[in-house]
Formats: sequence, C-alpha cells, structure tokens
Amino acid sequence: MLSFIIYKAIVCVCVFGLSLGVAAYSTWWERKFASFLQDRVGPDRAGPFGLLQPLADGGKMFFKEEIIPNVSNKFLFILGPSLFMITALMTGAVIPWAKDIVIDGKAYSWQITDINIGVLYLLGVASIGVYGIMIGGWASNNKFALLGAIRASSQMISYEIAMGIAIIALIITAGGTLSLREILAQQDAGVCNFVYQPLGFLIFFICALAETNRAPFDLPECESELVGGYHTEYSSMKLGLYLFAEYINMFVSSAIMAGFYFGGYNFPFAHELYNALGLQEGSIWISLIGFGAYFTKTCIFISVFMWVRWTLPRFRYDQLMNLGWRILLPLSLLNLAITVAVEYFFRGTIHF
Amino acid sequence: MLLGYTITQWLFGILSFLAIMFALMVVFSRNPVNSVLYLVMTFFCIAGHYLLLNAQFLAVVHIVVYAGAIMVLFLFVIMLMDLNEESEPQRSWLNKTIAAIAGGMLLFVMVGSLKGAGDLQLNQMGHSDIGLVKNLGKVLFKEFLFPFEIASILLLAALVGAIMIGKKDIK
Repeated sequence: MLSFIIYKAIVCVCVFGLSLGVAAYSTWWERKFASFLQDRVGPDRAGPFGLLQPLADGGKMFFKEEIIPNVSNKFLFILGPSLFMITALMTGAVIPWAKDIVIDGKAYSWQITDINIGVLYLLGVASIGVYGIMIGGWASNNKFALLGAIRASSQMISYEIAMGIAIIALIITAGGTLSLREILAQQDAGVCNFVYQPLGFLIFFICALAETNRAPFDLPECESELVGGYHTEYSSMKLGLYLFAEYINMFVSSAIMAGFYFGGYNFPFAHELYNALGLQEGSIWISLIGFGAYFTKTCIFISVFMWVRWTLPRFRYDQLMNLGWRILLPLSLLNLAITVAVEYFFRGTIHF
Repeated sequence: MLLGYTITQWLFGILSFLAIMFALMVVFSRNPVNSVLYLVMTFFCIAGHYLLLNAQFLAVVHIVVYAGAIMVLFLFVIMLMDLNEESEPQRSWLNKTIAAIAGGMLLFVMVGSLKGAGDLQLNQMGHSDIGLVKNLGKVLFKEFLFPFEIASILLLAALVGAIMIGKKDIK
C-alpha cells in the first residue's frame, strides 16, 4: 500500500512538473515562433537562444507589485486565478503517457489514474474551468473584465457542445470505451483514429482553439476592444497564473488530440522497431520511446496552435457564435450520423 | 473502520454535512453571486453522493450539466444585473411570516413523504453496478427505451419553447 502511494505520488509530481515545464517553455517557443513567422530574431538575451527567458519572465512576475482593487470582492478576486490554474492542472490526470512498465510481474502505468469514464472526466473539468474566468472577471468590478469573462464563458459553453458530439463519434469508432487508456491502446495494432475521423478531428481542433481562448478565438482577451479582457485588473503572479494556465490548457488539449486522433504513444512500425531492438513487452525502453513519440506529437500540436495564432486574424464575436452554432454543431451531428452508419453497415462494430 | 464507522459511512456523513451546509449558505448569503457559488458547491457534494452510490455516469453528467452549464448561465444573468444590498427591497413582517409558514408546510409534506421511504426495497432494481456507463446505457436503450425517448421529446419541446419565447418577432 505504501509503495503504491509513493509510486503514485511520484507520477503526480512528474505530470505536474511536465505540465509546468512545458507551459513555461511554450511561452518561450511562442515568442520564438512568432519571431520566425515575422522575420525577427525573438528573445535571445537570457542564455543561449534565450532559453532562460521563461525564468526571467517568471521572476519578473513574482516581484511585481500586487494590486487588489479596493472595490473588488477580495476573496473571489483571489479565488478566480487559483481555480483556473487548478482546473487546468486537473485535466492532465487521466492522460496515459506511455505503455506500462512491468517490473517483477507488477505493472506500473504512466498515468495518475485510469478512471473508466476518463473522457467524461475531461469534459467535466473543462466545463468547470470557465468558473475561474467568470469569477475573476466579475470580482474585478470592471466593465471590461466582466465583458471579457462573459465572452469567455459563452464561447466555452457554445463550443463544448460541438466538441462533445465530436468526441461521441470518436468513442464509437474507438470501440465504445470512455477510458483514455483503452482508446490509446486500441490504436496500437491498427491505424490511428484520424483515418476514421478526419472531420471529427477538424471539429475537435477548432473547438480546442476556442476552449483554450486561443487566437483566432481569443475574444475574451481582445486588447483592441477590452483593454485586456477578463484579467484587466490583475497584476503580478495572479495575472501570471491566468496566462500560465492558458498554456497548460493548450498543452493538455494538444496531448488529448495527439492521443485521441493520432495514436498517442503508438507510432507507425512501432512493433517492427521494438522487435529489431530486441525489446520485450513491458520494458522501460518501450515506455520511454513511446513517451518520446507522444511528447513529440504533443509539441507539434502546440506549434500548430501557435502557427494558427500568428497566421489568422481574430474573429468578430458574432462570427464566432455563428461558426459554433450554425456550422460546427450541424457538422458534428453529420459526422456522428456518418460514423454510426459506417460502423453499423460496413464495419459491424455496433450490436443491438 | 474509524470510530466504529466504515470509510464509506464517514464520506457519506461528511458529504451530507457539507451539502446541507452549502445549501443553507445559498439561502442565507446576502450576495446573490455567492449564493450561486454555494449552489455549485452543493452540486459537487451531491455528485460525491452519486459516486458513493457507484453511479459514476450520473456524477459526471451532474457536474457537466448543472455545475458546468446551467449554473454558469445563472451566474451570467446575476452578474449582468445590478444587484446591491441597498437596492434590495425590504420585506414586511407579514410577508416573512407567511413565507415561513408556507416553507414549513412544504418541509412537513416532504418529511411525511420520506417517512415511509425506509420501507421501500430500493435495492430490488438489480445489481449495484447499475450506475456504470455500460450497464446504464444497456438498461436505458433496451428496457426503458420508450420512457427515455419520451423524456427526450419533452426536453426537445422545452427547447423549442425557450427559443420561441426568446425570439422577438414571430412571423
């Protein structure tokens, strides 16, 4: 029992550290990527290639003056960013990062917990995430912040629906399981789910952009209209938490996309490679190679998020709502209908 | 076993205490935004109860639908209204007394109806894993398909009705 607790604690700390580390270096990579697209150099003063820039930014955030507006609701003002950060970190708990390691006949998984409703858990935590923004925006007692918060919450609720229906289609393809571990494992032998669900992936990707408040859907923090959006009144590390949690959300949704649609820790010719290297099932090297593959895919998706941000202009708010309700929702329903028809008539995986 | 109770009983006790406490806070808090947030906490406690009953699907859907969507809309509306303690209307003693009597009678009816609940054999419905997604889906789509579809038509009617009310110009 004790060894189990220690092992789970280690996994928790690793996932926590990974989320924070990736989020920190996403800020650096975003600036580097933007500078690449805009033909600039980007941050290059702190360390080689500016690699120490996240540390410098973090230090700056900590030492800035902390301002809590007099007329705000102090408790809720502090609760807002904390809640946003907590929910961002919670989503990472169900992602299986690699295949189990077997030591002395005992399997050790690279996942904090494998609940058999993992997909629903993700949706649940994502739907709670909006409270951090809403509470923070309202507690600021600032009209711009409130507008930003309301934009954020209505956009998150709207896009959650299309996202949920896209996930239902994926689950039907993946053999009717809600456990992330099984969804990833069933892509081991065959092809990845993207082959069966290209439209579903597109819908999921667009919804993920909207859910994480990334450009071109970053209207909650639209600085040309709303000063700064829901975090207008925030300063110092509370602002840092909001910005940081956004990057963690981005990291987790990239990981989910890579796992749901692109096989996660599986990659083409994986078994051939393992056989050629003479690795047994359950060895630590298979796990490490698998983790490397998963992590690379995740990083590619994070880069795509940034690529989109620095390529596309921002939507207008009514365009955003139209896209969500009038295009993505019917499209995801169509995708679901096609998926069910194909699965029932051609692949015969649905039984009544 | 802790002080003569199992862990499940402890969890049940703590969750019930929290749920009732937060529910009371919903009523007693002066600030409507705080009320909504306490109501969200109450929903979380109830979701915890569902988990104790091994009804994982119900627990998560409860959180997604109630805490994640409906309460966000509540919060939405309340945040957009200008609600101050000064502008809150003061109610007369007569009003308060009538409200207390009406509420007390509702409580009386509910206690009366729950009094016989212990005699009902609630467990006769089948095994304790009925709340898992797989089992629940099979039961819903095989044995109770007709009531399930009726409920969905009811929901659809409510949706259409809400949109009709929301529309400004009905041709």
